[in-house]
Amino acid sequence: MDWINVLVQGALAGALYALFAAGLSLVFGVMRLVNLAHGDLIVLAAYLAFTLVSGLGLHPLLTMIAVVPLMALLGYALQRGLLNRTLGQGILPPLLVTFGLSIILQNGMMEVFSANTRRLQVGTLEVSSLQILPGLSVGWYPLLVLAVAVVLIGLLQALLYRTRLGAALRATSDDIETVRLMGIDSRHLFAVATGLALAIAGIAGVLMAAKTNFDPMAGPSRLIYAYEAVIIGGMGSLWGTLAGGMVVGIAQAVGGAFDPGWQLLAGHLAFLLVLVAAPRGLFPRAVN
Amino acid sequence: MSNTNLPAASLAAAIRALPSVTAMRIAFVVAVFLFFASAPLWSDRSVLHLAIEMATILALAMLWNLLAGYAGLVSMGQQAFVGLGGYVMFAFVQETGLSPLLGVPLSGLVAALVAIPTALLLFRLRGPYFAVGSWVVAEVYRLLSSQVTLLGGGSGISLPLSAVRAIAPDKDVRDIVIYYIAMGVVCGTWLMTWTLLRSRFGLALTAIRDSESAAASLGVDTKQVKLTVYIATAFATGIVGSLIFLGKLRISPDAAFSIQDWTADIIFSVVIGGIGTVEGPFFGTAVYFLLRWAFSDFGSWYLIGLGATAIGFMLLAPNGLWGLLSKHMRLSLFPIRRLLDSVHRVHDPL
Amino acid sequence: MTLLSTHGLTAHYGDFQALFGIDFAIAAGEAVALIGANGAGKSTLLRALCGQLAVNKDHVVFDGAAIGGLSADKIVQRGLALVPEGRRLFPSLNVEENLRLGAYAKRPGPWNIDRVFSLFPVLKDRRRVPATALSGGQQQMVAIGRALMSNPRLLLCDEISLGLAPVVVKDVYAALPAVRAEGTAVVVVEQDIGQAIRFAERFYCLCEGRVVLSGRSDTVNRDAIRQAYFGL
Repeated sequence: MDWINVLVQGALAGALYALFAAGLSLVFGVMRLVNLAHGDLIVLAAYLAFTLVSGLGLHPLLTMIAVVPLMALLGYALQRGLLNRTLGQGILPPLLVTFGLSIILQNGMMEVFSANTRRLQVGTLEVSSLQILPGLSVGWYPLLVLAVAVVLIGLLQALLYRTRLGAALRATSDDIETVRLMGIDSRHLFAVATGLALAIAGIAGVLMAAKTNFDPMAGPSRLIYAYEAVIIGGMGSLWGTLAGGMVVGIAQAVGGAFDPGWQLLAGHLAFLLVLVAAPRGLFPRAVN
Repeated sequence: MSNTNLPAASLAAAIRALPSVTAMRIAFVVAVFLFFASAPLWSDRSVLHLAIEMATILALAMLWNLLAGYAGLVSMGQQAFVGLGGYVMFAFVQETGLSPLLGVPLSGLVAALVAIPTALLLFRLRGPYFAVGSWVVAEVYRLLSSQVTLLGGGSGISLPLSAVRAIAPDKDVRDIVIYYIAMGVVCGTWLMTWTLLRSRFGLALTAIRDSESAAASLGVDTKQVKLTVYIATAFATGIVGSLIFLGKLRISPDAAFSIQDWTADIIFSVVIGGIGTVEGPFFGTAVYFLLRWAFSDFGSWYLIGLGATAIGFMLLAPNGLWGLLSKHMRLSLFPIRRLLDSVHRVHDPL
Repeated sequence: MTLLSTHGLTAHYGDFQALFGIDFAIAAGEAVALIGANGAGKSTLLRALCGQLAVNKDHVVFDGAAIGGLSADKIVQRGLALVPEGRRLFPSLNVEENLRLGAYAKRPGPWNIDRVFSLFPVLKDRRRVPATALSGGQQQMVAIGRALMSNPRLLLCDEISLGLAPVVVKDVYAALPAVRAEGTAVVVVEQDIGQAIRFAERFYCLCEGRVVLSGRSDTVNRDAIRQAYFGL
């Protein structure tokens, strides 16, 4: 049993989960909204990439040029047009509306793309690997995903802590009423946050499409991995989310190494364990 | 108080003005009871099966409504207890060879016991995070049950023939037995939720739903109340689960813990009927089955329509169909609210 | 020239009516005090003015335009800023970020971060400290500075002396003349009558959602105020 290998592969797989989670974490931080359709939106992005690849013959990773702006616009419109109406009336409306949205997306994609599983081909990138140590080689693609995750989270941190928009987003998570006293239109701000979140989901979706098989019903499990990454990492911390994603990835790799049937279960059990032992997560943001 | 909708107002006034509304209500209840009790005499198998299905969905809807609409615990994981109830029943039958009917209450008991540590774990999560957490727990059950080869692993098991015969030797009698049990379960669930809501406990629940911190500051032990509701709901859900799979004669992980069947459809029913209202689940279940009968042939489009309808209701009519109806007619079929006598003299509880 | 006026302003919290037909006015550059006991409706009036409460369109006129019912962010963009009761600083942001956020509306005017720091020098040393880690008086300065950053023509100050020691209150109020020097009108809500009268030329006394007394600070009878304040 090559434990180092298992750990490394798991950590790299977890980087993708962190990308799933980043958008979710942002939206919840800003407006206390968990979008139950988040996983389905990631799958939608994957299908968008698939459409562009089969229609235009683009290299899958290049589809991001179109997919990311499309998803960003979709996110803005979704928040402004639908989700803003669910805010401020308790937890039920956002949950139930996004749940309905999830069902609509899954079945819509089923209608348009059929239930067949898909996967995008990235050519040699998929199988080529880098030998780090004797007996330990890591694929270039997982490394790419990790790099993207690190860069993206770094950018998001920079946005949140070094820009005016970021300050506005953080202030909104503190006190939405007083934010309006700053002359900030919160409806627009929420929509920007969701647009950002879905742009990240778009990147995650395209990267996922080349790495794993996906089908219209794959959304909920992406949502769960994202959610587990956020909880394990600790709410309010983006780097914590990266760590959380890696924990899930590693747990799944370890479980899967024992028995393929245990792969998913191991991830869930790691989540439950953290919930018992460290309910605020491994790296929670300090609360004032 | 002016009501500009004259026909509805006069109809409602006429209903109220009838002598002894209480007697009318009792008569209505008796009629309904006789109707359902006599059903096996005048209906065929498919109608009975439909009735059983409607009963189980209605029961689950009432329970989810209690949990989410009154206690504020929006659980996306009730399918955990449905499946658990089913599996306990099948395990019981397989290991003891006794009649499945004895397994029904056992399912409820086991579900209630399992609910305790589950609740203690899940209550660390709030609001939407509680919802997804409960979903994860159900997923864990599903994956675990796929690993238990004793119970058929991933493909599941069927109820052994001896057990099937233990319910009743004859196929038609079996249907009737399960039908009556289903009716009993629905009535029992109804009684449990209604009694709960009419009691002081129910007041505490509504207070917690409206504002947990305010309720706590008034001396309500919110943790205790939520725990009690969660366990009671799990108990009933487990029983319903065992009944469902008793009827199906077969259980598998995907069917047992299906979020579409045991949560999504239930949620839609409750939302369309009217979440947080006592009458809502009845309307919602009826509408759900109507829609299914009319549109399920459209496959994915039917589900898309269902989702869109639920969204529409949540945004435009958050109290569902019953909310719309009761606002116009100022009626309450199953009153649980306490209103000052001088303000609303008609709203005296039964 | 009247900058802001209200005409029979009413306001509700749900079914509960908090304001019963308030007639209030302030001219450009003026300083007016709103006094009254707890629950009299002073904060409610300010919230109604700055768009945090739903009000009738014509009940509030600012700079010639009916602004009742507009959202708070639009009202700030027109030049009306509130220093909220209890400061309401953003805990996730440091002092400088709190201040800069006040300028989000990008209204032109004399106030910018450097001028705010020269008004409140003690804040400059603490610009990177989390805003809520400051002392009460310093937090109040941040709250005022933040409102100034939007270059308002009318500044509403809701109980800025609340919870502060008298010597600190003096420091806070010492900054207000500089605000007025730029031509900004100021409304102060105070429970401390003396402080309010010393600062403002005119005053309104509220009791149970109504104006029960108003007048000029220099000619007013202290007894009359006391009676109005307590609703006697």
